[in-house]
Amino acid sequence: MKPSDHTPIMRVRDLTKTFPVASSGLDRVRGLPAKSVKALTGVSLDLLRGETLGIVGESGCGKSTLARCLVRLYDADSGTLEYDGTNVLGLRGKNLRSYNRRVQMVFQDPFSSLNPRMTVGQVLNEALAVHRLRSSREIPGRIQELLELVGLPKDASERLPHEFSGGQRQRIGIARALSVEPETLIADELVSALDVSVQAQVVNLLLELQERLHLTVMFVAHDLRLVRHISHRVAVMYLGRIVELSSTEKLFSSPEHPYTQALLRAAPDLDPSRKNTLEAVHGELPSPLNPPSGCAFHPRCPKAFERCTLEVPKLEARGLEGHESACFLYEPSSKFKLNLNLLEKP
Amino acid sequence: MAAPSLVAAQTSSRTRVRLKPSLIAGIVIIGSLVIMALVPNLVAPYSPTNFDYQAVLQAPSIKHPFGTDNFGRDVLSRVIWGAQVDMQIALFTTLFPFVFGTLVGAMTGYYGRWLDAIFGRIVDIVVTFPFLVLVIAIVALLGPGLNNMFIAVSAVGWITYGRLVRGEILTQKKAEYALAGRVMGYTASRIIFRHLLPNAITPAVVYWMTDMALGILLGSSLGYLGLGAQPPTAEWGVIIADGKNFMTTAWWISTFPGLAITVAGIGFSLLGDGLADLLRPKG
Repeated sequence: MKPSDHTPIMRVRDLTKTFPVASSGLDRVRGLPAKSVKALTGVSLDLLRGETLGIVGESGCGKSTLARCLVRLYDADSGTLEYDGTNVLGLRGKNLRSYNRRVQMVFQDPFSSLNPRMTVGQVLNEALAVHRLRSSREIPGRIQELLELVGLPKDASERLPHEFSGGQRQRIGIARALSVEPETLIADELVSALDVSVQAQVVNLLLELQERLHLTVMFVAHDLRLVRHISHRVAVMYLGRIVELSSTEKLFSSPEHPYTQALLRAAPDLDPSRKNTLEAVHGELPSPLNPPSGCAFHPRCPKAFERCTLEVPKLEARGLEGHESACFLYEPSSKFKLNLNLLEKP
Repeated sequence: MAAPSLVAAQTSSRTRVRLKPSLIAGIVIIGSLVIMALVPNLVAPYSPTNFDYQAVLQAPSIKHPFGTDNFGRDVLSRVIWGAQVDMQIALFTTLFPFVFGTLVGAMTGYYGRWLDAIFGRIVDIVVTFPFLVLVIAIVALLGPGLNNMFIAVSAVGWITYGRLVRGEILTQKKAEYALAGRVMGYTASRIIFRHLLPNAITPAVVYWMTDMALGILLGSSLGYLGLGAQPPTAEWGVIIADGKNFMTTAWWISTFPGLAITVAGIGFSLLGDGLADLLRPKG
């Protein structure tokens, strides 16, 4: 399970997305400026061909917005998005359609992600017919192939979504995305609505399909253990920014950013004797309407110092190669690295 | 394993559509009104317009179950022939509003922005006038008669459908299956007509049924006021107006067409209720 090569297939640079918030009449009378939610602030990352990139963070950190910007469901305000050398943000009409054929998305909610009035066969038939991937005579056979690929019974194509369980519906969602033979799959909280036992099945299906079809996968989730299980690299997001990006192994063994460390501490341990008594993160996630100055994490950070409140740290390699983080505790240029072993028990 | 048998049970319940009693009652009532409207000459015992001065203002009897009016016309026959006019009214006051309002609602709901802003202002203007007053004003401008009444009601009535469908489309277009359609690269018209509308149209269909009852009521009101169907056309509102001078001496002239309006209203309501259950997606 190693990425086939290390060439980036998708390059994201400084992607920014804000959502306007309707201001109340009273605010307008008082002359307050129009509010907006900064969902993404200067997100940069590369998606390498054949890899699985995990995106983790608390709810509201912008990970779903990022996923939706990448498939052009949302139009980013600024920044660039390149896929295989093409600028994606400018695509329209036919070109956008062919981009979306190559980059597909699997959605989070097994209940609303399927049209309740279309049978599974109709859903897949539509995708195949619209993109003219098969002649009408070959379509029924291809539908059977797809159903088999995602492990659904043969007679599934006659049935409506309400006749399936949540896990089966996510399989249908995967089959729909795969029907157009994409190279890249963006899975937005693919299994977070499922029971743990079913989660494993669906995740393993995704891994198996990735191997068989040589897919590049971006796996957006909030479950750290899941992300650790399937990702080659992991990006940690906090309040619209990526705060740490590294190989899975390094990120979990030696996290640099205090937020990542806190996230790892907060993850429950299976061994009850090792009771988690440390406070993971204190305070609430700040409102994205009014993000803190400097490093957005500083009000909750146990290691914050003055510079954190003034300047925004850049995401860059600060220690080991290929391990990027956005924290002033680590100087990018100097060889000296603060060795704060924050995982040590008191 | 229990799963296959469960699935089998669900499939069979889907193929065998179970109708609720209220829906059956609605179908029976509206069905018989439609039959009366299509072949009144076969159903009605007498002509609706022939005078019979031998039998003026007769109380209900076996020969004339609903009695006769001041020209000796059989009220039962007039009520049956009236179904023809009133079912037309029900259909033609609502068909254009339903189709046009649904399209406008779908477009404004899906595209939003300036299209929605324009629609919003039109709605604001129209809802400031009481419905009936606006319709009467337009009919007065165009001249009385059924066709002008259809035009007047259609000009105002589509607004309600537009608002209903717009609201539904606004919620449906945020559902992930609609987003998936966009990521699949489907065109806007495919997403609107194949995906969103089938899931958004149910309230409009149900309202359409209620609106037919309201249309009959409105048509009868305008007929009563002399702005809709013109005498001697047998239309329920016109018959009620004909009988108003004889209310104390010959109650049956106005009462039976009034009951016909009530029954038609109940029929459409039951049909609407039943359709709402039938059209609701499962699961």
